[in-house]
Amino acid sequence: MTTTRRDLLAGALTAAGTALTPALAQGAGVPHDHDHDHEHDHQAVPSDPALRVKALESLLVAKGLVDRAALDALVDTYEHKVGPRNGARVVARAWVDPAYRQRLLAEPDAALAELGYGGLQGEHMVVVENTPMVHNLVVCTLCSCYPWPVLGLPPVWYKSAAYRSRSVIDPRGVLREFGLVLADEVEVRVWDSTAELRYLVLPERPSGTDHLSEEALAAMVTRDAMIGVAKVAMPDSGKRV
Amino acid sequence: MNGVHDLGGMQDMGPVSPEVNEPVFHAPWEGRAYALTRAMGAWRLWNLDATRFQRELMPPADYFRLSYYERWIAGLQELMLKHKLVTVMELESGQPDPGAAMRTPALTAENVPTLIGKGVPARREVPVAARFRVGQSVRARNINPVGHTRLPRYARGKTGTVDRDHGVFVFPDSNAHFHGEHPQHVYSVRFEARALWGEQVSSVDSVYVDLWDSYLEPA
Repeated sequence: MTTTRRDLLAGALTAAGTALTPALAQGAGVPHDHDHDHEHDHQAVPSDPALRVKALESLLVAKGLVDRAALDALVDTYEHKVGPRNGARVVARAWVDPAYRQRLLAEPDAALAELGYGGLQGEHMVVVENTPMVHNLVVCTLCSCYPWPVLGLPPVWYKSAAYRSRSVIDPRGVLREFGLVLADEVEVRVWDSTAELRYLVLPERPSGTDHLSEEALAAMVTRDAMIGVAKVAMPDSGKRV
Repeated sequence: MNGVHDLGGMQDMGPVSPEVNEPVFHAPWEGRAYALTRAMGAWRLWNLDATRFQRELMPPADYFRLSYYERWIAGLQELMLKHKLVTVMELESGQPDPGAAMRTPALTAENVPTLIGKGVPARREVPVAARFRVGQSVRARNINPVGHTRLPRYARGKTGTVDRDHGVFVFPDSNAHFHGEHPQHVYSVRFEARALWGEQVSSVDSVYVDLWDSYLEPA
């Protein structure tokens, strides 16, 4: 049987494995770790993406196209080094240092670089500030653009069709699903990341936090608040953060 | 291309479902899929715009059925085939073809920090005139290109105001097809929510869309 390219891709990437072609089922580099002979039909080979990605990695390593240590380093970076704690540090600094806040809003790339943040998918940053009368919300309707250096990789809901579709037409409805109800007179500004600018929301500093250190403030700042689907709440206020 | 990826304004996709204490990757293979995409991008045989366009070409039913990183792997496989880094036979067998050349990886662990730290800037420091100025009223053109574009359907034909000029950037509509960078100004254009969606939405809300010079006309 001839496997067309389309068949291959549709089959290789069908989550439930419903479209597996016989040719693919025999192949895709699925490890043959069972200990019988190979005369039988392999249609039952699972289409588990874990096996398929493992097979692809093995192929690319065998061809000298990728270096396993580089893959390890990439995974480690986003699992352990780059994430929303970076953004929280930026927000806390802006709250305690008015001059830094000004720089962050006016020259975000330079201000973020002061704290060591920048680079991949955050090369060109924009920081938008929430106030009592303005609430900012960030989305990417066309794909999944997100400011990696300060927030890490995006959560599944940010990449979901539900969020991408409705944030622009019904932002208040989306915010309600996150437990955030805004007064009618508050202006909602939705930022659709259609180009290579990446957006960070500077949330409002909660009242009653004057006594807190910069570190304590940073600990209060959530990823969701920096996307704009939540406000920053006092830890003991019982509100959703 | 008027594809399923252009989701802005659809209303039947269900509620947003945040996950508590969500891990960065839900399974090790997701991390590997992410890393493979980055590592293969380091060959610089394609660019970010081409990568996005490749994912947009996925058949609509697959686009919605597959998970995010499955879509990434699908796009990566297609790009590698198109650029002859792998063959269909290799993807089927999982083994290099007999006599296939052995390469030296483009991305090594040592230069991962540089890749992540420097990124791949899309801004170009070239003198290109801006056709529009901050405060000007503009209309997003009513165009329906069959190739890659970053002008979402919901903004086409709609009138807004230039809020800021972000400077000069690579133009994705040409770059995705390897037809050159054609750098031009990108503006943040503010559309009143009602200009986009009518009277049913708030009169104080707005949507800001980053749009290239070519997408706009005076209004």
